[in-house]
Amino acid sequence: MRRRQFPPQSDLLVLLLVLGALVALFGLGTDGFLGKATLGSIANRIPALMLVSTGMTLLMVTGGIDLSVGSVLGLCGAAAGVLMVDDAWGLGPALAASIALGALVGSINGWISVKLRLPSFIVTLGMLEIARGLAFLATHSQTKYIGAAIESVGAPIAGWVVSPAFLIALGIVVLGQLLLSRTVFGRHLVAVGGNVEAAAISGVAVDPPRIWAHALLGGLTGLAAVFNCSRLGSADPNAGVGFELSVIAAVVVGGTSLRGGRGSVLKSLLGVLIVATLEAGLVQMGASEPVKRVVTGCVIVAAVLADTWRRRT
Amino acid sequence: MILRARHLTKRFGSVVALSDVSFDLRAGEIHALCGENGAGKSTLIKLLSGVHPYGTYAGHIEIDAGEARFRSVRDAAAAGIAVIYQELAFVDELTVAENICLGTEPARWGFWLDRNQAQRRAAEVLARFGIALDPATPMRSLGVAQKQLVEIVKALARDSRILILDEPTAALAEHEVERLLAMLEELRGRGIACIYISHRLDEVFRIADRITVLRDGATVCTLAPAATDASAVVRHMVGREIGELYPRKARLRGPALLEVEDLAVADERGRQRLGGISFALHAGEVLGVGGLMGAGRTELLMHLYGAWGRRTAGRVTLSGRPVPGEPASVLRSGIALVTEDRRRFGLHVEESIAFNLSLSSLGAVSRGGLLRPGAEQKRNADCARSLRLKADKLSAPAGRLSGGNQQKVVLGKALLTGPRVVLLDEPTRGIDIGAKLEIYRLIDGLRADGCAVLLATSELPELIGLSDRILMMRDGAIGGRFEDGAAIRPEDLLRAAIGAAPRPGRL
Repeated sequence: MRRRQFPPQSDLLVLLLVLGALVALFGLGTDGFLGKATLGSIANRIPALMLVSTGMTLLMVTGGIDLSVGSVLGLCGAAAGVLMVDDAWGLGPALAASIALGALVGSINGWISVKLRLPSFIVTLGMLEIARGLAFLATHSQTKYIGAAIESVGAPIAGWVVSPAFLIALGIVVLGQLLLSRTVFGRHLVAVGGNVEAAAISGVAVDPPRIWAHALLGGLTGLAAVFNCSRLGSADPNAGVGFELSVIAAVVVGGTSLRGGRGSVLKSLLGVLIVATLEAGLVQMGASEPVKRVVTGCVIVAAVLADTWRRRT
Repeated sequence: MILRARHLTKRFGSVVALSDVSFDLRAGEIHALCGENGAGKSTLIKLLSGVHPYGTYAGHIEIDAGEARFRSVRDAAAAGIAVIYQELAFVDELTVAENICLGTEPARWGFWLDRNQAQRRAAEVLARFGIALDPATPMRSLGVAQKQLVEIVKALARDSRILILDEPTAALAEHEVERLLAMLEELRGRGIACIYISHRLDEVFRIADRITVLRDGATVCTLAPAATDASAVVRHMVGREIGELYPRKARLRGPALLEVEDLAVADERGRQRLGGISFALHAGEVLGVGGLMGAGRTELLMHLYGAWGRRTAGRVTLSGRPVPGEPASVLRSGIALVTEDRRRFGLHVEESIAFNLSLSSLGAVSRGGLLRPGAEQKRNADCARSLRLKADKLSAPAGRLSGGNQQKVVLGKALLTGPRVVLLDEPTRGIDIGAKLEIYRLIDGLRADGCAVLLATSELPELIGLSDRILMMRDGAIGGRFEDGAAIRPEDLLRAAIGAAPRPGRL
């Protein structure tokens, strides 16, 4: 039970140091890594990951998890694509529909796992299959080409390096962190994840925060789906396969506990940046795809190991 | 002299946990170790049992007049020292016999488990100490008291000559305590030495041959029970005069707040657990709820709070209005609960003290769902001060506090909701005397402020000392009512709890 005392911000510092070290390493090791082009391309590749990691952090703080986010990303993107291409919806309405669909799926996940007392791991594993199947059904297994109507969201703003998507995602990360640390709702998320029985006895209504966390993650996944489509200008029913693993990896590297009760949205952002920088850097150094995956996997395990050690002694 | 410790000093960084402690133990002696939490009892035990190995402390430990240099717990065990901890170390899935033989399993060809021999060996040891327990019983089906006996038998099966018991009776009911003490006396007759640690001084006086008091990591004195009394021991433990143990009471009783009429409650499997319970709890009074373990005290409090059971009959009203059925609404209606099981229901041990204090009353320090950090910090600091919480900073994890201070946090969390009725379930379990006195002071303060307090406790002196009136529970019903606090005799309470003449000895 006894733990060595660390200053409360030391986790954040360690993550920043790791990120700094990676940037320095790749900056020295390759030409042009520190240039606008590379850093900008990293920033514009990660908005979807940032959004979903934010939602996933809030959910994992409650002790839940959602394995279906990759499929839901595909499903929401497919729905947006069908609406924009087949039904000629504008970007705004399609975006709203995508968010609403994601939130609906998240609510279903949350309601089933919380009210029927099933592990969210299993419920969302089922949803992973269902949502992917629906994505194929909605698009008749065809990629929908949307084109310029959606590409502007993910492309750099004229004269800037970063895209609107990145700025929006950054804003939502900040809001997510404030929600977690500065609101009654955030306190309740932590209370429910840390010790659900004590939370109930303390007068916290323990079901709503957990269901809301699922719904919120679903909504953010819906928004992320549109950002994801905008990068390619199309909606692919296969989009987001394996995405849930990248999200969980980033959140865990950021120090959020899989058992609930502990987590930080800002640290998850650093987790996202570390994973993204690592991948981009390895590509720049000419590492092959398989090598990239081996290295990324090792970094994830090492990060969690380091975190556990620091807490144990 | 079977064990002799000389000038033991143990430091953790800059903190001196033990300073120049000397202690000895004779064969066939029960030597009680008394002291508040943090006085150094656990550290001393850890040195004697090899948890802190030789070389990490200064001083000497001698066993049978030869110096002992334990490198590990195994070394100490080999020398005949066994520690029975508060949290028992069992494998619930295994049988009694398998647990007794755990770590020393009889085996054929070095790996094939010989179940029959394990069974025989366990049966033999159980019989030797007169314990009527089938070795094939699964451990999970035993109560805490029986598990404890198995733990002791396990130690004895390995020829331990020195037993160290750390708060062995904390989780036992009165009659189980009786059985444990009888067993220790029996062992004493066989020449086994025992170091006995307990906060319950009545037990200590009942059983100990000598009492050593520790305070602030040093030995204060070693006493013979015949030559001293409980209040002297308490004085040595706290190092100051404590005057009256229980605050003096004046009648303050106001109107009835919480009224319970003919309440009956079933558990989740539909079994009737409480029945025919009626009482009124008034403003400005402490109504004590006593009874043996399993009599339904905790169930009653948890049900009133909406956290347990399904009501099958009866009414519960607060100032004439029905009390809601789930904790969040009950709390809002003005009823707070301090739970018996601190670490499970009471605290978020990994979260900060401030987080815990605030959790039940976030509404008061937020606006539109947004927390106001300044207001929250100020209020928590005020609360910590009035609780006399001993903590460096409120951002430290609550789980790192001592038991007494953890309990103050749980109490503070309840009080910050501004309750009119406070349900207290074993508010002083497992905490040291100093903290107990402060909890008593807080309870008396609540009473003086016009709160209605329902106090469930298994300690009779506390029940009598703090309560204006007392309800004794028996088998989920009320076994006796005692209206005037001053004239209540312990024997009468016990009779009401047991439903027969009380056993002699304890109280």
